[in-house]
This record gives sequence, structure tokens and C-alpha cells, in this order.
Amino acid sequence: MWTVFCEPWAGRVTKQTPVNLPSVSVEIDIAHVARLARLDLSEEDLDTYGRQCQELLEHVARIQAIDTTGISSTSHPLPLTNRFREDEVTTESGLGRQDVLDQAPDTEGPYFRVPPALEED
Amino acid sequence: MSIPSIVEAARALREGSITSVGLARQVLYRIAMVEAQLHAFLTVDTDGLMAGAEEADQAFAEGRDIGPLQGIPIALKDNLTTRNLETTAGSKILSGYVPPYDATVVKRLRQAGALIVGKTNLDEFAMGSSTENSAFGPTRNPWNTDRVPGGSSGGSAAAVAAGMSLGGLGSDTGGSIRQPASLCGVVGVKPTYGTVSRYGLIAFASSLDQIGPITHTVADAVLLLEVIGAPDPLDSTSYPHEMEPVGARLGRGLEGIRVGVASQLGGAEAVEPDVEAAFFQMVSAMERAGATTLEVDLPSTEQGLSAYYLIAPAECSANLARFDGVRYGLRVNGDTTEQMMSRSRADGFGPEVTRRVLLGTFALSAGYHEAFYGQAQKVRTLIREDLARAYRQCDVLVSPTSPTTAFRLGDRTDNPLAMYMSDVLTIPSNLAGHPAANIPIGLDRHDLPIGFQVMAPALEEALMFQVASAVEELAGFDTTVPFDPSHGLRGGVR
Repeated sequence: MWTVFCEPWAGRVTKQTPVNLPSVSVEIDIAHVARLARLDLSEEDLDTYGRQCQELLEHVARIQAIDTTGISSTSHPLPLTNRFREDEVTTESGLGRQDVLDQAPDTEGPYFRVPPALEED
Repeated sequence: MSIPSIVEAARALREGSITSVGLARQVLYRIAMVEAQLHAFLTVDTDGLMAGAEEADQAFAEGRDIGPLQGIPIALKDNLTTRNLETTAGSKILSGYVPPYDATVVKRLRQAGALIVGKTNLDEFAMGSSTENSAFGPTRNPWNTDRVPGGSSGGSAAAVAAGMSLGGLGSDTGGSIRQPASLCGVVGVKPTYGTVSRYGLIAFASSLDQIGPITHTVADAVLLLEVIGAPDPLDSTSYPHEMEPVGARLGRGLEGIRVGVASQLGGAEAVEPDVEAAFFQMVSAMERAGATTLEVDLPSTEQGLSAYYLIAPAECSANLARFDGVRYGLRVNGDTTEQMMSRSRADGFGPEVTRRVLLGTFALSAGYHEAFYGQAQKVRTLIREDLARAYRQCDVLVSPTSPTTAFRLGDRTDNPLAMYMSDVLTIPSNLAGHPAANIPIGLDRHDLPIGFQVMAPALEEALMFQVASAVEELAGFDTTVPFDPSHGLRGGVR
């Protein structure tokens, strides 16, 4: 049996109504985005994804209304600066060339093989 | 016979009262009993586990002790690469991929003597909050098989909760360790960003991803984190300095600890009444145990979800560019390189991954970059400043881990935004890079676990564990999943 607890803390937290930022309308050319993302999608899928992405973007894009003048972007959560090492070949990762080539769908000698990148005249 | 905690097992192995082979058999027996109902694993390495257990017993017999996890079975989320053991990240595009190398955390576990039980199920590329986005079918919650285990590390959480492994590793980008730990009634920890190497973690959102432990007890989580957390030259974002040992303050209690409760987190509108009641009951208990409690204000945190759903998809779209059918994984042929790539990706990625790649590509595309991704990264700074201000008044922040207990399979699959709300209380720690832990504290009216979140400033793991272990003691929650030998686990699925 579940009991409702009348503890001293319950009710002490101020309930706040969420800040309602104005909604933003977003235009998205989903076919163009799919091409950029190298996704060969059917017309029907483009339609569905286009609608869902627009809905989600209109929700999240409301943060555009927040004043961020003079605020810098977060790049790394900790105050770390760039780390450098000598530009030397190491075997630390333990990966040999053949180990890597063995994973590829198609190879030729020491190369990965792909269909033509440029169309022939 | 119940499955021991890692700390208990490690002691018993050294006393000679149990053997590693015995432990391994116990774990495999559990898998035989409940895995058909749960589908927590994508791969179980029975032979590797038994061989490793025999070796560990041999080592103990000869007086060799290579590390604190010698002979202990551990489960790994399937987005951690394992040498010669299939690693799919829950995606069709990596189906059949056998990595030629171990992730750094896997290497460290092996060096400490741990045995790998297998690879656990996850939302594809860790994108999701229910493990329903796995290309290989969903995992179910061991407390009730009609419910989801949470996600994305739902497989590890379910496996550990059901005793199919003594502990597990997950990854947490927006709550993917803590939320499934909450829904499955186990301990789950997201460490400070950078304190655990990400080398060999199949990347989702590089500025947010962090690997961490899922266990039955806080002490077990400390032990696993001690093993996996150290600087790594193979991850240039890893924190290169010494930090206070994470278990240094265990057992110190709550005397003098200032505990902050934020209205934006503790009393968030979407929090279920049972979760809220259990949460405030624990806050009061902490107060009685010597802690000072106070209300803090985190005004920007409300926008965390929006910032997260721009930053995470943007980084995911960049990271997942590597899956192009050239070097590994699925290839669908085409007449040109571009056609081959576009077909391979469309065929290999599931709907949620496709959606996020599209969202992220848009947020980074010419003309939109500054308004979307750029603004989100600035809001991220505001959230970090909110938390920094709060931590001037209090030592730790607490909240429910998940607004709700485990929901039913299928309940949120058609509504991405409702699914995203699952992570509203866990996301701020990822955006800030801070450590946070889930501790199970009770059950709701449906006998589903409720989780309590303890958050601490960056690198303050020792303080976080001090408080987490006090909460664990106050809750006295029994993490054993109800199991009836004649009916199996609770729920409709048999």
C-alpha cells in the first residue's frame, strides 16, 4: 500500500510556472538537408522526417529568444587547454594496417576500394 | 542463492569461500532463466567467461592477484569496442563488426582481472531513453516485463538488476546511465566529463559522452570507477591531473553537508506524484541525518532540454559521418561513391538516428549554424553559470533522476518530444560536465523502482559518493528483483 508522505519538505519548494519563450517558425528544406547528410531517403520518408524535424526545431529554437549578449560558448566543461604530443608514429593504439583493412567491405592491396567518385564524360 | 555484490564477491574469492567458476556459472544460470524474457544482451560470451573464470581460479590457487576485479563477471554496453568480440552499437550499420581493439575502459577492466559476460543492448548509437531504438529489438524491465528498462544503457541496467552480471558499464550523454539505473532500481554513475577515457567508445556527442558504472551498490560503483578512471594519452580530452580518490570520503555521513534542491528540478511539473513524494521524503531524511537543506534557483536549467537537443544531434551528425560504407560496416552498392554512401547510410541507420542526423545537419548548415548550434552552446554556458552560482550556496544538488518510473513499451515511441522529456532532470549534468549518480530509494504504487539523483561540482566525485552512500543507507532499498521460480519475472511477457 502506497502512503502519501506528509514530510516537512513537501510543499516547501516553490512551484514555478515554466518560462514560456515565444515559439519560432522554422523553414527546413529537408531534401537539401538529407543530401548534405548523405541519406538516400524516399519521398515518403522525407515527408515524415521533415515534419518531425520541423516540430522539434520549432520547440528547441525558442532558446533563440534568450539574451546571450556577451556570453561565450562552452567548448570543454573543464578548464583544459590544448594538449600536444610529439608528431611521431606510435603503436599505442595497437592497430596494424591489416587489422584495419580486414574490416573494410572492399579493398585492393593496401587501399579501400569505392565506386567511381567522379562521373565519366 | 542471491548474486553477491562486487565487493562481497571480491572478498569471498580471496577468502576461498567461492570460486570464479562458481560465480560465472551462477551468472550463466540467471541468463538461462530470464534472458529470454528480457533481451538484455546482444552477445553473451559464454566460452570467454568460463575460460576466464578457470584462469582466475588458477591464479588465486597460485597466489597471484592481478587486480581488484580478478574473477568478477562484468557486462559491457555494446558501444564499447571489444577486441575479437562483435560490437554493433545497436545498429544495423555495424552488424557483424568485430573490432580489432579494446576500448581503454575494457583494457583497464581486463588488466584488473574482470571477466566479460557479454555485450548489452542499447538504443541505436545510444540515442534514446527506452532501449526500444535498438535495431535488434527492445530490452524489457526485470521489475515488470511490460515496461521499458530506460535507456540508452537499458541492457546493462537490466542485466545488472536481474543478476545476469555483477556489474556493468554504460555511457551517459543526456542521462543514459542514470535514467535506466533509476528505472531498473540499481546504482548508476556519470563521472565528471574527461575523467574516464572515451577511446573505444563509439562516439555519439563527444562533448557530452561519458562512460560510467552500473552496479547494485555505491561501493561497487566506486570500485569500478577506480579501475576505469585515469588519464589516457589516447583520449586528448581526458583529464590529465590527479584527483582525490573517488572513495576517499565513503562513510563520512551527512553532517554539515549543504544539500540544494532546485524548484526547476525537484518540483518539475512532469514529476509523478509517487516519485515526488519519495524524493521529498529522502530530502527530509537527509536533513534528520545532519544535512542542511536549502532551496536554490537554476533559472536557465529549464532551457537545458532545448540546448541539448540542438547540441547532441549536431555532434551526432558530425560523428556519424564516419559510417559511409568505406572502411567498416554495412555497404549498399551504388554507381558512384556518393550514391553508395547515401544508400548505405539510409539503409543502415534506424529512424531515431536518421532523425537526429537530419536535425544536427540542419543545425550546423550554412546560414543556421549561429542561430541554432551557436546559441545552444551559449545557453550551455548560462546553465553552467547557474550551477556554479548554486554551488556557492550548497555542496551537492539533489533531484529525482527520472520524472517517472518505468513506462510501458510503445508508450512514447510515436512522440519523440515525450521521449526526450525522460532526460529533463539528467541533462544539466551532461551540459555542465559534472558528476551525478542515481541511487534507488523505493518503489511506486506499481512496485516500480524510484531513483534519487545526487549531483556534484566537476571533479567532486568523492563528495558525490559520500552523499550517495549516505542516501543508499537511509533508503535501505533492496535491489533484488522479485523472481518467482515457477512464473519467472513479473509482467505479461513469458
